[in-house]
Amino acid sequence: MSTETTAAPARPKSEKESLFSVKNRKLIYDPLNDNNPITVQVLGICSALAVTVQMKPSIVMALAVVVVTAFSNLIISIIRNIIPNRIRIIVQLTVVAAMVIIVDQFLKAFVYDVSKQLSVFVGLIITNCIVMGRLEAYAMANKPWPSFLDGIGNGLGYGLILVIVSIVRELLGSGSLMGYRIIPESVYAMGYFNNSLIIMPPMALIIVGIIIWVQRSRNRKLIETN
Amino acid sequence: MHKDSNKATFLFSSGMVVVIAIMLSVTSISLGPYQAKNIRIEKMKNILTSVSVHADTKETEKLFNQFITKQVVLNTKGEEVTGDIAAFDIDLKKEIDKAKTGNQDKQLFPLFICNKDGKSFYIIPVRGKGLWGPIWGYISLEGDMNTIYGASFGHKSETPGLGAEIETDKFQNEFTGKKIFDGSGKFVSVKVVKGGAKPDDLHGVDAVSGATVTSDGVTEMFKRTLGSYIPYFKKQKP
Repeated sequence: MSTETTAAPARPKSEKESLFSVKNRKLIYDPLNDNNPITVQVLGICSALAVTVQMKPSIVMALAVVVVTAFSNLIISIIRNIIPNRIRIIVQLTVVAAMVIIVDQFLKAFVYDVSKQLSVFVGLIITNCIVMGRLEAYAMANKPWPSFLDGIGNGLGYGLILVIVSIVRELLGSGSLMGYRIIPESVYAMGYFNNSLIIMPPMALIIVGIIIWVQRSRNRKLIETN
Repeated sequence: MHKDSNKATFLFSSGMVVVIAIMLSVTSISLGPYQAKNIRIEKMKNILTSVSVHADTKETEKLFNQFITKQVVLNTKGEEVTGDIAAFDIDLKKEIDKAKTGNQDKQLFPLFICNKDGKSFYIIPVRGKGLWGPIWGYISLEGDMNTIYGASFGHKSETPGLGAEIETDKFQNEFTGKKIFDGSGKFVSVKVVKGGAKPDDLHGVDAVSGATVTSDGVTEMFKRTLGSYIPYFKKQKP
């Protein structure tokens, strides 16, 4: 399904590049659409199914992934020249795991309720292919600042899809958003029911599918030629 | 030294492990107090739920102090123990383990006395075994120390849709109004009945279908834990 898992080539040396040059900005918004980790590269689907029943956990999960991708990209990029090649995957994994544990500890300390809802899925960010994918494909070959931006961009691209899916699922499944009731009681009185099917994980997959369909029909670049 | 040499690889990995270990320890130690506070608040919340007080996280502590007027620690003879440990800090798991190692005489039982709308309620923490891990909960008894006013349950890893249903309001509400003593004053506890309890059964509630082990766990946890409080109840009753 995936068209390309971009292994960005090492960029030519161009000193004096501004922090938010066109190229650097592209690192942020490219993963939101043209190179979205979920809808284009089809990575990280598993957690997208599990945490999107409600909007609040999805947002927290998205932020957690942004922090993990951004900082592990940054760290790996800083030490990329001294990482022994033979153990680079182990090193990447260790850095990711450490970042995830730190994020998890913070969630447990400051947003305990959400952290209980997310339960194992924060820990499972370690196994999210997006993180390792970006480290191997980008951070190992690029400077810290672009790597950091690339991490933020990919985290946001993942988070964007998570939030869209959770809006649909919480609205139709529970009649609320962020825990606040949106569909008024009077509608229920008229015989409206929450759709329990949409709370089931497979429905998240179908919603992701619809997002991919809409995105591809609007974005010519993503249409495969063969 | 080349970065891909064996020596560099060993040096790098040992260095990395040390740095990361320090990072994680610092985070864990510095955030520990916040996490402990969250766990305390959750416990308070669960205790309040058993007397139908639904608290917001922010006001839990306030409501807890307002409603829970007295905390008592009991020994096996039903006498109040003062001193060493507060009822709130008793670790039920450790107390249950005492029975396994032959120290059952030394078991301590926490009891929370709640005052709501001018009436007294007795809240008893319970803990038992589910199918996959521990289950626990809080049972509140009315002033007659016989009628169950409310119950709230929690679990570590019961199957969603089956054992995990003990956490739902539907299951918990069934306990309201049940009695733990029969007409002649004999302790009979409350049973979780497979296939459904009769509507007039004062000592039985419907089991969760498909969750036999968890349901039996609830029955066992009721009988054992409530049984330990009988001496105290007998003393309190005229």
